[in-house]
Amino acid sequence: MAAAYRWNFAPVFENADVLWAGAIGTLRLFAICVVLGFGFGLVVGLGRHAKSRWIYLPATAFVEFFRNTPVLVQILWFYYALPILLPFEISPLTAAALGISLNSAAFSAEIFRGGIESIDRSQAEAARALGMTAAQAMRRVVLPQALRRMVPALTNRGIEIFKMTTLASAVAYVELLQQGKLLASLNFNPIETYTVIAIVFFLCLLPMVQATYALERRLGRADA
Amino acid sequence: MTTTPLLRVRALHKTFGDHAVLRGIDLDVMPRDRIAILGASGSGKSTLLRCLNFMELPSAGTVELGGQAIGRAAPGKADPDRRTYDQAELTRVRQRVGMVFQQFNLFPHMTALGNVMEGLRTVRGQRESEARARAQVELARVGLADKADAYPARLSGGQKQRVAIARALAMDPEVLLFDEPTSALDPELVGEVLRVIRALAEEGRTMLLVTHEIGFAYHVANRVVFLADGVIHEQGTPDEVLKHPTQPRTRAFVERHREFDF
Repeated sequence: MAAAYRWNFAPVFENADVLWAGAIGTLRLFAICVVLGFGFGLVVGLGRHAKSRWIYLPATAFVEFFRNTPVLVQILWFYYALPILLPFEISPLTAAALGISLNSAAFSAEIFRGGIESIDRSQAEAARALGMTAAQAMRRVVLPQALRRMVPALTNRGIEIFKMTTLASAVAYVELLQQGKLLASLNFNPIETYTVIAIVFFLCLLPMVQATYALERRLGRADA
Repeated sequence: MTTTPLLRVRALHKTFGDHAVLRGIDLDVMPRDRIAILGASGSGKSTLLRCLNFMELPSAGTVELGGQAIGRAAPGKADPDRRTYDQAELTRVRQRVGMVFQQFNLFPHMTALGNVMEGLRTVRGQRESEARARAQVELARVGLADKADAYPARLSGGQKQRVAIARALAMDPEVLLFDEPTSALDPELVGEVLRVIRALAEEGRTMLLVTHEIGFAYHVANRVVFLADGVIHEQGTPDEVLKHPTQPRTRAFVERHREFDF
């Protein structure tokens, strides 16, 4: 039997300010990636839905490329390789935000496309029959209905994005895991530090997920 | 007195793949006309209606609205009558040609009032208050003023179809197209929708109605068109076509629909 481990969380809490800085970094990266990832994902998803092959093919190529390459590799590539091709430096935040956002855009594009295509064609038809343009029909009639159906899938994506922010530690971006690594190596207490990091992630995500459940219930009521 | 037809259809063809659904339709719709379009299923009657507001693009032939031919001639080698259609033009045409669908197609995420306001707000760009007032008038016209705040899921089929009619009316269409408006309804709900349509007919609105309700067509239409195999097989007054059909197929159709009359 292994010797009993004596847990000691004091050094972790003494450095709460270090973790706090990490939490701010995590939230900042998360906010950027959710907005860019979902926003660009919607654009790409509409492109995947388009009839013109000049829109459809590039959108499809984008989705397949970023779905089928690891985010960690993308972040490292943006950080180390992109500055060689471009005349300026790339900060860790930019590299991480690019990698995670583009990956999330690729995955959420498929959610948006699926949601849009799940709405019966007759809905867009009724909108067009009133004299709406295709864009108006999409914005006023199809998307609002599709978004309701997409809330669970987008919630999952959001959770993924939040957890993917830890990959930014690979380029030394100041986020929770990066700060945890720093503390663990200074205090030689990886067990306690990573335990706290895991709990902080859980405590951040749980309320967000609960909030989206409440949103789902509210949207469901109006529908029924 | 000569009047320009509101709609003038010439040599209208529609093919899906190699299946010819419409094979040369000529039809003039004069102001205040109430035209019932009858025919067996697959005869092309819904497709004809859907070509008139360009939910389906005609494969060949012309549709004129108020004397203006829609689309541009673009003769191809195989079909010299082909036309191309500009989306912006079709959007304008659809604002003048209202449509009521068999399955209602209400917007489920909007209230009854929201459904009727939607075209006024988004297409006409009306202010909220202006659109609301107009939508309330149209809901009252179809007898649903008290259902303004109900979502479609809370309405009966007959109520849904009346909201759909109000939604079309709010846009002040010059012509109304009804595509089997009572076919999806329980029998006891058919009457309330037909009464609304008859009231519109009596106001002098121009309408085309695809229907299986022969009795309604007889009483409300001023012209009846019988389609078979994608062409107009017989047409005339309700009395001519429904009481004294000259063509065997028309006769068989009318008899089939009156089989259980008493």
